[in-house]
Amino acid sequence: MATAFTRMLSGRNTAVILASLGAGTLASGYLLTDTTAAADMRRAYPPSADFPDLRKHNNCMSAALTPAIYSQLRDKVTPNNWTVDQCIQTGVDNAGHPFIKTVGMVAGDEESYEVFAELFDPVIKDRHNGYDPKTMKHPTDLDASKISSGMFDEKYVLSSRVRTGRSIRGLCLPPACTRSERREVERVAVAALAGLKGDLTGRYYSLAELTEQEQQQLIDEHFLFDKPVSPLLTSSGMARDWPDARGIWHNNDKNFLIWINEEDHTRVISMEKGGNMKRVFERFCMGLQQVEQLIKERGWEFMWNERLGYILTCPSNLGTGLRAGVHVRLPLLSKDQRFSKILGNLRLQKRGTGGVDTAATGDTFDISNNDRLGKSEVELVQLVIDGVNYLIECEKKLENGQDIQVPSPIDQFQK
Amino acid sequence: MPFGNTHNNFKLNFKTEEEFPDLSKHNNHMAKLLTPELYGKLRDRQTPSGFTLDDVIQTGVDNPGHPFIMTVGCVAGDEESYEVFKELFDPIISDRHGGYKATDKHKTDMNFENLKGGDDLDPAYVLSSRVRTGRSIKGYSLPPHTSRGERRAIERLSVEALAPLEGEFKGKYYPLKSMTDAEQDALINDHFLFDKPVSPLLTCAGMARDWPDGRGIWHNDDKTFLVWVNEEDHLRVISMQQGGNMREVFRRFCVGLTKIEEVFKNHNHGFMWNEHLGYVLTCPSNLGTGLRGGVHVKLPKLSVHAKFEEILTRLRLQKRGTGGVDTASVGGVFDISNADRLGSSEVAQVQMVVDGVKLMVEMEKKLEKGEAIDSMIPSQK
Repeated sequence: MATAFTRMLSGRNTAVILASLGAGTLASGYLLTDTTAAADMRRAYPPSADFPDLRKHNNCMSAALTPAIYSQLRDKVTPNNWTVDQCIQTGVDNAGHPFIKTVGMVAGDEESYEVFAELFDPVIKDRHNGYDPKTMKHPTDLDASKISSGMFDEKYVLSSRVRTGRSIRGLCLPPACTRSERREVERVAVAALAGLKGDLTGRYYSLAELTEQEQQQLIDEHFLFDKPVSPLLTSSGMARDWPDARGIWHNNDKNFLIWINEEDHTRVISMEKGGNMKRVFERFCMGLQQVEQLIKERGWEFMWNERLGYILTCPSNLGTGLRAGVHVRLPLLSKDQRFSKILGNLRLQKRGTGGVDTAATGDTFDISNNDRLGKSEVELVQLVIDGVNYLIECEKKLENGQDIQVPSPIDQFQK
Repeated sequence: MPFGNTHNNFKLNFKTEEEFPDLSKHNNHMAKLLTPELYGKLRDRQTPSGFTLDDVIQTGVDNPGHPFIMTVGCVAGDEESYEVFKELFDPIISDRHGGYKATDKHKTDMNFENLKGGDDLDPAYVLSSRVRTGRSIKGYSLPPHTSRGERRAIERLSVEALAPLEGEFKGKYYPLKSMTDAEQDALINDHFLFDKPVSPLLTCAGMARDWPDGRGIWHNDDKTFLVWVNEEDHLRVISMQQGGNMREVFRRFCVGLTKIEEVFKNHNHGFMWNEHLGYVLTCPSNLGTGLRGGVHVKLPKLSVHAKFEEILTRLRLQKRGTGGVDTASVGGVFDISNADRLGSSEVAQVQMVVDGVKLMVEMEKKLEKGEAIDSMIPSQK
């Protein structure tokens, strides 16, 4: 017993000497290994002593993390000194739910997905229905002209919306960023958005400086985002220093909206009442492309690679990061016992009209794409359009007393 | 290891002004005292276990506070934090603990026999008596900073230290993560069970990480002596019982703590203590004795008297609701306890509670008879 403790204590003495010599950041020969004083402290305990207790957990991280993987990764760091413990903290703190499998880990920077690939790859595969980052490539396509039949019957579809996220290369992601990095994200994004013209002209509202009046207006328009309270988010560290460098930008027409420094560097939303999904997607693509052009002019770019597509904080949003959806009334279809199967085969999901984890009110549902990674933006939006049109056809058939059919399942990945 | 802060050296690439937090809307001790100059001076330091300035202040940055209640706004990650960041901690300690100077010495007195009286508080008014404190185990980081391996080692050592206790201190440990439903119900009914912290003051400091791993509750068979392991501090030690015999509660408190400290010392892990700060705990507000001695007492008439607050202040006491900190009183019953922690001993602080509560109960009785209490109002202690 005494030997274990004295060994630990001598480890701390070494750490004291190292810290006082300023030798905590020796890089040579330790390029990927954490050499800070905290790391020396941590290494006094073997990885097995630190392995989290995940026996009551149900998330993608807990399903994939083994003691072997953990001991390989524990002492590694990304170039920004981010560790695997920091990636998985949210999944350790939030055991999950028997019915809902959350992801259970986040990235702190672009390099997290590489340095901790041993853990991220199986998590990505699990979450994205078999997408294998080791062998597959993700297609990106923001050409809205390829969309067909993008106008829904407004007797059923009340509103249309497309959202995604974008991260700015070179700056750490929300769980890890320092205050200056976060402020830099805000500066870069706001400067770029100020360059948007025509029907994309708009303005920025910094959360820290909102007047009462502005705040009320943004709430009434359903634009205002609040400090995250979900422990899934707060445990990952992304709510630190709130509301510093957080804000909302929207155009004067109020149909193109950007959130800055919430769960990702930026969340981009195009939306309008009614069923013109094609126009919503056109504005989405045009806005994204213009913003990308504007940041490039200043020497910045978005995080993207051909393995994982657009890089975002949560692995669930990799690839396109795209959720295209409608609020649609389906009073008869939603009561048909084949409803879930139809949705599943169309690769669609339903949510309540309050968004994720809400219940539907009445007969109106939020219907959107399941997938994010392995299919392009154009493909996913077309999938939603075709799928929602099919659902409306089913509703009309049931109105006329006709029977409906469950469609055959759509393929997951591009051939 | 809290977030965003282990890459402190990387962060030094950014200038002080770029990193300095926006504290313009804040009301806590840290926000009051942290200037850009001080931030610039301290930001490249770290303790031997790697705790940094941003780690210290994160909870105060994330929680602006309340116009009426001045929270502390910073925590220590290990024993050395109070030294390495003394230019920040010393003024905060002074502000929080009534002008305590960097050169002052703190007196520790755990000899219960030095307490006068305390065994005769009227049980018709004093419903229960309780003394609590915290202890940190030398050689480990504190809850905001511990790794899972360290926290489990703290738990193992604590369980080992408590196991050999006998007589009135014979008891059992209940780890939070393997509690049965029956055990959980019993602990809730006894008002012993502590829950995962939800207060952002605590969660933002990182002390709720990995819950409930390494956390648990130990109590003696009599249910009068209780230890929390790895909640806000390594150990929180509580002695309590129904009725007004504060003397007995304090005796058990002192005797129990002394026994436990012996065992930890024998394992080469005594308690963190020094002659300037007394017992070292996670929050600067608990330095010194870390002691809160209090009673639940019925004061329906006195509590609505115009001079109630004044009386409490002069007696160096504070009131809380019966649910503990930040709760309201129910049915005229208040939790009355010592306001001081640092600069006076355990005996002195419990004496103030005993004497003060005795006086207030007499005032209550006078008010019941319709008599005035003005002549009884004490001078400032």
